[in-house]
Amino acid sequence: MSPVETLAWGDLAAAALLLGINGAISLAFGLRLEASLAIAAVRMIVQLSAVGLVLKFVFAQTSPLWTLGLAVAMAMVAGLELISRQDRRFKTWLTYGLGSGTLLVVGALGTLYATAIVIGPSPWYAARYVVPILGMVLGNALTSASLVLQTLNDAAERDRGVIENRLALGATRYAAFGTILARALRTAMTPLLNAMSVTGVVALPGMMTGQILAGSDPSGAAHYQIMIMFLLSGASGLGALLAGLLGVALLTDGRHRLRLAG
Amino acid sequence: MLRIDTLRVGAQPPISFEVAPGACVGVEGPSGSGKTRLLRAIADLDEAEGYVYLDGEERGEMPAPAWRRRVRYVSAEPAWWADTPRAHMPRAARLDGMAAALGLDPDILDRPVAHLSTGERQRLGLMRALADEPVALLLDEPTSALDAAAAATVEGLIQVALRAGRIVVLVSHDQGLIERLAGQRIALAAPAAERAA
Repeated sequence: MSPVETLAWGDLAAAALLLGINGAISLAFGLRLEASLAIAAVRMIVQLSAVGLVLKFVFAQTSPLWTLGLAVAMAMVAGLELISRQDRRFKTWLTYGLGSGTLLVVGALGTLYATAIVIGPSPWYAARYVVPILGMVLGNALTSASLVLQTLNDAAERDRGVIENRLALGATRYAAFGTILARALRTAMTPLLNAMSVTGVVALPGMMTGQILAGSDPSGAAHYQIMIMFLLSGASGLGALLAGLLGVALLTDGRHRLRLAG
Repeated sequence: MLRIDTLRVGAQPPISFEVAPGACVGVEGPSGSGKTRLLRAIADLDEAEGYVYLDGEERGEMPAPAWRRRVRYVSAEPAWWADTPRAHMPRAARLDGMAAALGLDPDILDRPVAHLSTGERQRLGLMRALADEPVALLLDEPTSALDAAAAATVEGLIQVALRAGRIVVLVSHDQGLIERLAGQRIALAAPAAERAA
């Protein structure tokens, strides 16, 4: 490995000058974005620096409990984000709890599979592997779960007649949502399918770029990225499926009745 | 025997009545009095206080899908999710004969649903509801989109179902239809807001 060039605060200040372009555009066209730009930039600096410090601390600990705590916290934040993207009907504590739980399950399964079976670092729970991989898995599971819930909610409203008719004909709630659930799952699985098709052609994935900048051999980085893409496919598929079943359960009741009120 | 026991629907006083096999009960009342809600409550599609028994079994004693395979709500405007009517119906059912009885060309079963008229869809919706032979039929305005000739075929099909021992609860604005089919009538009062006015 070649030595990696580290960035000093001075280097970051030089990079920050580029934000001036956006500031100048905002001023010239009267966009009034100057304050927002400044706040967003400060947030970014503070958040990333804090994450850097937290990760540095967690990586330095030998107890896996720190890693576990961080993982649970990440799933809870992802759950909040999941809820914030939903219609009023899904903005409940129940949905939050079930959503975070779903993401935690998907994140744990995906991360365990990747670290313990595929990569196999020693120890397998090394935070340096677990935390970044969990982050990527959660992010993708979040996107697909969120899409499924949105699609289901919209379709339940629009295709209410179909669902009610199928229920009246004796279908279970899952059968009654059959075609709608299938459509929602397709919608949720499409982004990753597209990402796999264009990755490496249109843009280099961020993780691969990072590894290369950090001095890794590009083909080694490509192998890592291939593994990650498969992992993310599985995670987004599982996240979509669990969110789909959850969504149907939330839109109906135990007597297989559609519940769209509230 | 379908027995409705102190069922509460909207602002109506508790509703109780019985329908024997082969008998038809007509439900009457002004718009907004809860006729559709009553049928939906009997089918357990809406939550409602009170009891509904089919041959002595209360609706809560069996899974809701099993109840609705026996006690079938048929809406006036059927919804479709597959391309052709046939794709919505059980494979074993004798569909062609039923289509003919309803004055429909059996070819219609394989035509795209989008090309069918409202009246054709309504009759196909009734066919779909009858195809797996439920015990009780809850018919919500079964002739609302039909001309007199088509309505007569639907009336004929209901009579065949009654002769086969099915239980029918009928909601209709067609007084004649109720008079000819229903041995008993249930009258729902006007909604409270209207009575006050």
